[in-house]
Amino acid sequence: MKLLREILFPLIAVIAALIVGGIVVLIIGDSPIQTYKLMFGSAFSWPDGIGYTLFNATPLIFTGLAVAVAFRCGLLNIGAEGQLYIAAFATAWVGIKFGGVVISAPNGAVVNTPYANLPMLVLLPLCCLVAIAAGAIWGGIPGLLKAKFGSHEVINTIMLNFIAVALVSYFTQYLYKIPGDAIMQTAEISGKAHIARLGKFIPGLPERIPVNLAFILAVLACVVVYLLLWKTKWGYEIRATGQNPSAAEYGGISIRKQIILAMAISGGLAGMVGINEVLGYRYRYYDGFSANYGFVGIAVALLGRNHPVGVFLAAILFAILLRGGIFVDAYTVHVSKDIVDMLQGIVIVFVAAEAMFRGPLKKFGFMRKAKI
Amino acid sequence: MIELRNITKRFGAVLANDGVTIKVRPGTIHAIVGENGAGKSTAMRIAYGFYTADGGEILINGQPQVIRNPHDAIALGIGMVHQHFMLLEPMTVAENIVLGSEPGSAVSLDLKTAAAEIRKVSDEFKLSVDPNATIESLSVGQQQRVELLKALYRRAQLLILDEPTAVLTPQEVEEFFVILRSMREQGKTIVIITHKLSEVLAISDDVTVMRDGKVVGEVKTGETNAAELARLMVGREVLLRVEKPDAKAGAAVLEVKDLTIGTREGAKKLNGVTFEVRAGEIVGIAGVEGNGQTELIEALAGLIPGSHVSGSISFEGKNITNLDARKRKELGIAHVPEDRHRRGLLLDSSLSENTILGVHYRRPAVTGPGNVILDQKAILSRTEQVIRDFDVRPPNPVLHARALSGGNQQKLIIGREFELPPKLLLVSQPTRGVDIGAIEFIHRKIVALRDSGCAVLLVSAELEEVTALSDRLMVIHTGEIVGEVNPKVTSNEEIGLMMTGGGH
Repeated sequence: MKLLREILFPLIAVIAALIVGGIVVLIIGDSPIQTYKLMFGSAFSWPDGIGYTLFNATPLIFTGLAVAVAFRCGLLNIGAEGQLYIAAFATAWVGIKFGGVVISAPNGAVVNTPYANLPMLVLLPLCCLVAIAAGAIWGGIPGLLKAKFGSHEVINTIMLNFIAVALVSYFTQYLYKIPGDAIMQTAEISGKAHIARLGKFIPGLPERIPVNLAFILAVLACVVVYLLLWKTKWGYEIRATGQNPSAAEYGGISIRKQIILAMAISGGLAGMVGINEVLGYRYRYYDGFSANYGFVGIAVALLGRNHPVGVFLAAILFAILLRGGIFVDAYTVHVSKDIVDMLQGIVIVFVAAEAMFRGPLKKFGFMRKAKI
Repeated sequence: MIELRNITKRFGAVLANDGVTIKVRPGTIHAIVGENGAGKSTAMRIAYGFYTADGGEILINGQPQVIRNPHDAIALGIGMVHQHFMLLEPMTVAENIVLGSEPGSAVSLDLKTAAAEIRKVSDEFKLSVDPNATIESLSVGQQQRVELLKALYRRAQLLILDEPTAVLTPQEVEEFFVILRSMREQGKTIVIITHKLSEVLAISDDVTVMRDGKVVGEVKTGETNAAELARLMVGREVLLRVEKPDAKAGAAVLEVKDLTIGTREGAKKLNGVTFEVRAGEIVGIAGVEGNGQTELIEALAGLIPGSHVSGSISFEGKNITNLDARKRKELGIAHVPEDRHRRGLLLDSSLSENTILGVHYRRPAVTGPGNVILDQKAILSRTEQVIRDFDVRPPNPVLHARALSGGNQQKLIIGREFELPPKLLLVSQPTRGVDIGAIEFIHRKIVALRDSGCAVLLVSAELEEVTALSDRLMVIHTGEIVGEVNPKVTSNEEIGLMMTGGGH
């Protein structure tokens, strides 16, 4: 019963969004059935559809988890976007500076020399850890500010987003770009810091499809977050703080500590997007790579009810929409890929307007919550 | 005046009102008593139009009426005063009273006429409320009179009062009753919802007793007594008095010296309080709420930042002034907080997660290397034990705390704290909003804990409760202990006087 209720509202929201989206498609002048067939068909085709869907889902799982963990502690992390930029750049930096990569201009002049040339067994884990640590630090800052001075994390995370984007752009442009490169990107990281694409292990899945081991890492992250939140005393303290800070304080839990901890974990999870992006996909830091992953992560967490399983499913759904949108854009006469944004928006509106559904459902006895 | 006939109201699976029939005679004070969840507030909210009944009808002066919302009710001459006042603090009495039916035109507010009218009504019923005073400058008792005035100003003939005395001091209750009687003399009809039997007997003409959504008794006040009413309410015989042997007080467990608590703004919430609590005794603190009791208990529990506290707190001879809440709990200081929803519970967590709050980080709640993993089995068995020992209902560890009634939530908290086991129990408002049956149970448990050698510091706004339970009683007023009395020989009136700063 409880599980049903947990799944019911997000499910209704998604279905309702699809219906409303269908009506809009109809008004525009295309067939909703054809459009949806195209959308879901292209997302589930083998190998490209599934491969790209999973690849698209990976960053959303990380950011969805990030927002969910913070939310369980009563915090709204709007800063996943900034955290993942910082983390992606940091991991690329390590992949260059500790991977023995020399950046030289086309004329051969050396502009940036490495600190070390670490072996793969050291470099690869280091790159991963640095991504997590950088995200954790960038997320921990607003946590610290809230714990120490009571300044609101929403304001601070938003502000830190701007700082993060500007900061990494600056470093990319002036220190780690190959001189003369027209694209805002760093030099390529050491080959020893690459993580394998799933095509290497799965027959029939070509390696050109960028879904990589980071996806497996994302699934693991879901499991770890679940265990952390519900099976350990740390998770208990985070959830208690989120549910009722006064009661948590009464229970001998330091709220300040929990706020910093939760924001750091949240930032670390967001930072793992950098692993997917830099170590598994582009092998370099590419400025402005994020398709609003940090912000879509908020929607993912909301739809997934801040639960790892829900986050996973919601991320997959949003990834399907992203993938399908491209094909809808290309193969329908009138509908553009903006339909994806619209569907996302409607899903969120419906999820947020849960109370709207509670009324009618109560009549059918789905909700049993009475106050006398 | 008003008659509810066969009112039925269902919330989901719960039948809150089951064929409720209440007839209120005009010009009387009619008490409706019953435990929490008995359906008395529901019935009255239906009469006031907050809820619509699923079945049954409402008759006003013999005429069937449809009351869809409070506007309908007001038009029919029904007024309601809620337990929690609905007043805007920074605004004046007059502004509050006219809210919703502002006199004057659309662009100008004619407060002068309103103020004059309010003064007239106020004098008529001897309410002595100044229409131009701001709400925040008034005492709780005066604020309540503003609520009454609000209803009277709208020409209410029938006033429904929901737990009106819960926030008043004994003196204020007396004054309040005088007002009620004068209103009755002027022909108003009053329905008073309460669970305090002594007040029912003191003020009402008729009593309706409700239990589990049904009316289980209708009696004339003159023909009944407290024991009968309690039995009707609970459905079995209830011990109204706390039976306890004399305390065998041992060594001092808690010693408080010159405890002063300031706020950031510099106001002193507690001023130079010194006392001790010995093993095996219950020390009560009586006082009007907001006179420093909350801060005292929270400071002793370690919940007030050290920078705001001066003076010293010793536990078993050891200075604990600088220890945090967790360390103090580890020493054996249990704390039943005054506000169980704000402090005491994780409402949207299971009973299991609630029974480990405060001990969740140490064995037996955790297991494995570094004591990190929650031991679900141990937690469950602890929860089951608390449920069994403290009769928490329904006895289902996976239920969310929110699903329990107030009494059962309180039993869960008390069970959790008793499980510590405590050497010192700080307990604040142990039976607020708790059913009579559970009150009896909780009182017995506290006395039993005392007899096992635990020191107990009790704070309660219920004067009857502190006088009945305490072995020694201190009275607090504006952050200072103004006296200590023997609760066995001191009258409630005398204590009441001390509570308001008079006497001694």
